[in-house]
Amino acid sequence: MNNFIKKNKIVGRTVLVMVIFGVIFSTILQFVYNETNPIILISEAKAKERLLLQVVSKNLYNNDLINSYIKIQPNERLKNKDTIKGYIAMKENIVTAVILETRAPNGYSGEIKILVGISSDGNILGTRVIKHQETPGLGDYIDINKSDWINIFTFSSLKNTSQLEWAVKKDQGKFDYISGATITARAVIVAINEALIFFKENKLKMGINV
Amino acid sequence: MFKEAVIDGLWKQNPGTIQLLGLCPTLAITTSVINGLSLGLATMFVMIVANSSISPIRRFVPDEVRVPIFILVIAALVTVVDLSIHAFAEPLYKALGIFIPLIVTNCIVLARVESFASKNPTLPSFYDGLFMGLGLCFVLIILGGMREFLGQGTLFSGFDLVFGQSLNFITINFFDEYSGFLLASLPPGAFLGLALLIALVNWIDQKNKK
Repeated sequence: MNNFIKKNKIVGRTVLVMVIFGVIFSTILQFVYNETNPIILISEAKAKERLLLQVVSKNLYNNDLINSYIKIQPNERLKNKDTIKGYIAMKENIVTAVILETRAPNGYSGEIKILVGISSDGNILGTRVIKHQETPGLGDYIDINKSDWINIFTFSSLKNTSQLEWAVKKDQGKFDYISGATITARAVIVAINEALIFFKENKLKMGINV
Repeated sequence: MFKEAVIDGLWKQNPGTIQLLGLCPTLAITTSVINGLSLGLATMFVMIVANSSISPIRRFVPDEVRVPIFILVIAALVTVVDLSIHAFAEPLYKALGIFIPLIVTNCIVLARVESFASKNPTLPSFYDGLFMGLGLCFVLIILGGMREFLGQGTLFSGFDLVFGQSLNFITINFFDEYSGFLLASLPPGAFLGLALLIALVNWIDQKNKK
């Protein structure tokens, strides 16, 4: 009997100590979380806006870009698997540009995520690869930090570039590529072309009726 | 006591070159000086606070559950660091990514708490955390420097992202046109670099013995 009490005493003590520690440290964490969360939200919104600003210049809009978006369901053009946001840039309440996120599922190693800024009349304002796993030193020239190749799409549109021309020069297209990493360039070109087609098919929904 | 902690932490028991504990971040994150320095400082901070907060309570922690409690304390501290970096240094948070939360699993933190702080008074434990952390930080900086120099041909790049635009001038570009020695930036470069560093330390030790 004595042994039983002794054993339970040890169990009780360890449980008590663990509970006390758990309570103390979760209180600390709750406090730190409450203090930092608003700052984190602000800096995340800022980072997002910096990203959007890379494909649409500041003088094109005066609305709250981060909070004006349409929800885009998964579709064949943009290849999104979840509902994503398509940002709408407006000046004096007139839509000037939209920013779409498109995916190239057929990169050399995995999916490439691309942000495309399109003006209301269907010209590309800017493009940025925001996520990729292409080979460092070979396929990663699509990244703006490695080379400015991604800027070759600026000013292209479905009107000034025929469907056949949306390809690398090797395939009788219009766009340059770096030899040895053609697959990467092909994937990016197709994805951007698809984004333009998506824009053409859906521009009414985005408030553009030109 | 102070002198012992300094010599042990920085040289005789250096976590990076002698104890070889916590190699995961050491190898993965050291692609540049700034990454090494940032993760080194974060780890050092956790080690100092973990050591000096566990040492005073070591008598209240039952032996049977000491490891869960140590991990609880360390995990809480790391979460605090993680949230603070996310809130106040967003670019750094992006660069270090998953490796901040992973400090929890860094064996060097638990090893120092278990083998030193749980058996020694508060002040020596504080010194132990400080100098062990500093020793690891130095190794991360040196390894980061070696890999950044060989991999990108620069030193101290990205300091402005973390410490503000005013530090832009600190980046040293050694070559005008440098395509980069990829091996140094990729994981094998980390193993080779660390091996060279350990060899150097051993060589110096042997020379001193003679």
